[in-house]
Amino acid sequence: MIIRDRGEPLVLSSEERSAIEHAMHHYADPRAATIDALKIVQKQRRWVSDAAIDAIALILGVSAADVDGVATFYNRIYRRPVGRHVILVCDSIACYLTGYENVYTRIQETLGIKPGETTADDRFTLLPVVCLGACDRGPALLIDEDTHVQVTPDQIGKLLEQYP
Amino acid sequence: MSSELNRGIQTHRETHPLTWRISAAGGPVVDLDRYIALEGFSGLRKALTLDPVDLQKLVKDAGLRGRGGAGFPTGIKWSLIPMGPDAGQKYLICNADEMEPGTFKDRFLMEDLPFQLVEAMVVSAYAIGASVGYIFLRGEYILAAQRLNAAITAAKNNGFLGSNILGSGFSFELHVHEGAGRYICGEETALINCLEGRRANPRTKPPFPQQAGAWGRPTIVNNVETLCNVPDIVLKGAAWFKELSQGRSSDAGTKIYGVSGRVKYPGLWELPIGTTAQEIVDLAGGMQDGLELLTWLPGGASTDFLMPEHLALAMDYDTIGKAGSRMGTGLLMVVDNQQDIVKVVGNLMMFMARESCGWCTPCREGLPWTLKVVRAISDGQGHQGDIEWLQEMTRFLGPGKPFCAHAPGAMEPLQSALKFFRRDFEKGIRVGN
Ligand SMILES: Cc1cc2nc3c(=O)[nH]c(=O)nc-3n(C[C@H](O)[C@H](O)[C@H](O)COP(=O)(O)O)c2cc1C
Ligand code: SF4
Ligand code: FES
Repeated sequence: MIIRDRGEPLVLSSEERSAIEHAMHHYADPRAATIDALKIVQKQRRWVSDAAIDAIALILGVSAADVDGVATFYNRIYRRPVGRHVILVCDSIACYLTGYENVYTRIQETLGIKPGETTADDRFTLLPVVCLGACDRGPALLIDEDTHVQVTPDQIGKLLEQYP
Repeated sequence: MSSELNRGIQTHRETHPLTWRISAAGGPVVDLDRYIALEGFSGLRKALTLDPVDLQKLVKDAGLRGRGGAGFPTGIKWSLIPMGPDAGQKYLICNADEMEPGTFKDRFLMEDLPFQLVEAMVVSAYAIGASVGYIFLRGEYILAAQRLNAAITAAKNNGFLGSNILGSGFSFELHVHEGAGRYICGEETALINCLEGRRANPRTKPPFPQQAGAWGRPTIVNNVETLCNVPDIVLKGAAWFKELSQGRSSDAGTKIYGVSGRVKYPGLWELPIGTTAQEIVDLAGGMQDGLELLTWLPGGASTDFLMPEHLALAMDYDTIGKAGSRMGTGLLMVVDNQQDIVKVVGNLMMFMARESCGWCTPCREGLPWTLKVVRAISDGQGHQGDIEWLQEMTRFLGPGKPFCAHAPGAMEPLQSALKFFRRDFEKGIRVGN
């Protein structure tokens, strides 16, 4: 039998705890706050470790397997470490028609990484994302919480400088 | 930077119920006083004087159909919810997941006019007797989340939301629930699973959400744009709403249409439902210089392609349905003649395969395999029989076969592309094997 080493137990900060408890009050059942809790923890720690899954399960009163089931289902919960900034490039149809591929390639060349990878200095992780609802202004991408539209390959250098 | 709205048309209070306030204010209306000055919450004031069941009937008589893609009559959906003193806890959910590629209307409505959706949800909750509501918002809509949360707080502080709304005795609590990115969350039963903190696999229907939805309670799920129509229907009546389509369609109301792709001025327009696709493309300035329109999708990535000759058709549910496609979300996407249609289909299929929720085998296995074959053909590496095999897949994954409507939706662009552009697929088949 293989028992996964889940590392040191993780203690949630009091801010994390109170934010999760606040979210729990919005629903008939605390389990519904699973995504909120994952996002709260991810906001502080960039990604969700096994130990964080356990801590969330404890506070919500559900099994760690259930929390992990939710965490692994959604595209934007990260179960592996990511860089300080996450670049999400829309690769859906309207952005395809307006040339996202050139933008995507330029980012990969500039940073020297492929989609799914993180730069050696931990600064950027690059991922694809589905339609960002900015199809009239493609190519569109999201860096952390900022949506950038009508992006051209030549803007990439300057754009990335904004994210130290 | 906001989407371009209503470029080249005049908007009026009577004819553009969903967007006139933005034009009147010259931009987003995110301040409560401003919204009230633009007749905000007058629909709610009137609604609270009426009987909920009469409100349901009013929405039915108005002929409002769901703007989330399927076009189901909203009043009929509402009439299926149990009413009366013994009905117990009920929920109203606004579907603001908007992940259908090519669709950007709900984002705009929420960012630029958040109070309209808040008002619409209070009126709709009153009509169905729901005491708690959720706006199920996709996590990438960060500005929309900020503005909706601010609007909810302001509405609550001023008696438009919370307990005993405007002294009527009706109470309603509203929360924004942010998702974490999965297209399937837009399917209403998957959405409910997501809301409950589960993996967002769809549920079997029946029971329908109206009977047993969130936490097993009766639940109504409606799209953002659908709901935003409700306050003015209450204020101005069913006959007014029907006339909004100006006789262009048997459907009622206006529709927020949009155009993306390489046209001169992509954007959004609120127009009478049944406006022709050609008129909408013309408002977008037509194709960019040097390009021609090859084909177009009428309402998102899960609708069938239509050809240039279909541009003359009225953009309503029945007309586009009869032409072999679906109006879907009503946001047109035009494909220009410099595109390789097989690659375009490959891009759509990549999205569909990635976003399969994995619950049922035909979709989980069938979509990636279909993608592989389409990609091989676009690389010139297709095999004899591949086209016939793809056609077989469009039947295997068609309506009623997989567990939900995702896989059938995925097959729509493929089946229509095989019909209209078979030659292009044939070119990618290697000779001699
Ligand atoms: C795969 C899939 C994705 C969907 N995504 C959305 C969506 O993002 N927004 C939406 O309003 N409806 C979406 N729908 C339709 C909903 O299931 C449902 O029909 C709709 O929310 C009902 O609201 P309406 O009657 O007001 O249109 C989707 C359906 C499927 C099958
Ligand atoms: S058809 Fe696809 S999306 Fe729908 S339940 Fe099956 S696997 Fe999930
Ligand atoms: S397709 Fe890229 S934002 Fe919609």
